[in-house]
Amino acid sequence: MRPAFSVIFLTTLIGVGQGLFLALFTAQSYALFDLLPKQDDLNFYAHGSALALLFLCGGLVASFFHLGRPERAWRSATQWRTSWLSREVIVLPAFMGTVFLYGLAHLLDWKPVLATLPGGIAIDATVVLGGLGTLLAFALYLSTGMIYACLRFLREWHTPLTVINYVLLGGASGFTLAAGFAALAAPDLARFFAGWALIILLVGLVSRVASLLRNRRLKPKSTLQSAIGIKHPRIVQTTQGFMGGSFNTREFFHGRSRGLLRSIKWLFLAGVFVLPALLLTAGLSGAAGFLAAAFVVQYLGLIAERWFFFAEASHPQNLYYQSVA
Amino acid sequence: MTQLALVIDLNVCVGCQACVTNCKEWNTSGDAGPMVDQNPYGKDPTGTFFNRVQTFEVGEFPNTETVHFPKSCLHCEDPPCVPVCPTGASYKRKEDGIVLVDYDKCIGCKYCSWACPYGVREFDETQKVMKKCTLCVDRIYDPKMTAEERRPACVRACPTSARLFGDIHDPESEVSHAIREAGGYQLMPEWGTSPANHYLPRRKTKLRIREDELERADNPLKIDGQLPKPGMAEPSLDDVTSW
Repeated sequence: MRPAFSVIFLTTLIGVGQGLFLALFTAQSYALFDLLPKQDDLNFYAHGSALALLFLCGGLVASFFHLGRPERAWRSATQWRTSWLSREVIVLPAFMGTVFLYGLAHLLDWKPVLATLPGGIAIDATVVLGGLGTLLAFALYLSTGMIYACLRFLREWHTPLTVINYVLLGGASGFTLAAGFAALAAPDLARFFAGWALIILLVGLVSRVASLLRNRRLKPKSTLQSAIGIKHPRIVQTTQGFMGGSFNTREFFHGRSRGLLRSIKWLFLAGVFVLPALLLTAGLSGAAGFLAAAFVVQYLGLIAERWFFFAEASHPQNLYYQSVA
Repeated sequence: MTQLALVIDLNVCVGCQACVTNCKEWNTSGDAGPMVDQNPYGKDPTGTFFNRVQTFEVGEFPNTETVHFPKSCLHCEDPPCVPVCPTGASYKRKEDGIVLVDYDKCIGCKYCSWACPYGVREFDETQKVMKKCTLCVDRIYDPKMTAEERRPACVRACPTSARLFGDIHDPESEVSHAIREAGGYQLMPEWGTSPANHYLPRRKTKLRIREDELERADNPLKIDGQLPKPGMAEPSLDDVTSW
């Protein structure tokens, strides 16, 4: 497949936004049970939510560049019964709205107590909004991943690992950003977020490498024989029927060399996992510089990772487009 | 239930591209707007087509066969492109099984083309919507046309009758007979999409001539040479004789 930068930015940016929100609410949940110090509503939660919204909006804007007819985008919410893309279109704004309300409730200190847990722990509106946001964040990861994982012809994507990778890589980048953000807004949390970012990163490394190994061993299910229904072992296309290219030759071929693909693979393994892991370890002390660098390097690495994710998938339609004459 | 489809005879197709040309001509001048080309007279002409004819060489020289392979939307009975569409622009008609795109609802996200293993959907770079074969839905029900004309443009154009059109769910239709009796098959059966369009395989064409067909034993017109006159002891006129 030809990697589309609109989709690369969409999936990486909203992944960061979701991960950052999950990090914020994780801190609030810990603080609720007095496992972490309580944080300032404005400086930490409201500004953090705004930062998450910024990334989510960036992703939303990027997604419009993928559409031929963006003015009709509202129609894409109608087929949620069958289409994961439609489900993503519904869940993304719902999640953004929840993050906005979560930040707003913290900003205005709007915290009516809705329930009380045994032990006198008050469940206020921000906790309920945070829980709802957490559900929506995972629903959004699931929808985004399933858009690719549900296409059974693209066998590189048709695996639960696709969804798991979207959750883990998005989560890791969000927690890394949270660590950098906390170094400035809530220094006593930086170590907490950096630690979690490292853990998620390690699990993500395992699942991403697992998907790389799986895809390396994949054998194409369709062959030229099944594509045109002729059983002979030696079939060569002499012409694809046109000379100047078509949508089919542009959309489904990345047009790069194997060598470049291999380089990008090592580049993203270093950029997403190795370097950020080192920088996060160095930043465990709470040094904002290391943590910010970890996020920037990891985000650039994620762009390479997503580019590789698309380029690696080989579409069976390519069997029909092999020769110009 | 009706499932309209094309049956394409690879044994007969000569790769003349007449179906490609006629398809483009009919569909670019229809109600749905033009199928726009980019750079048509330049170095790399490109554009939207519903139908392409490709050519494959099967075997190793000198034992090769050239196979011309027309390719358009197969109107799958279980179309994978339809459920993924976020807007409902892609749909399969219940009444005749044609898979269509509503160009007024399509947002041009190209997701349906990713979900089609056959690569038969083409994005129109000018109208920014996805396009595909309609089985000439604007021809085949047109009451102003004669029954002969109410067939897809590609079928009408084929000079060798390699393209048949009809209802593959009607066991007595021309296409069902062809599929049954000439070994009709589907493309990429491994995906379970159950394409409605079928292809008829190449067949060995052999001319069998027996000895007695060259030197005919019965010689009905008596121009192959005189038969020997039977002897007097041979059977009489009432039996078998050439007297």
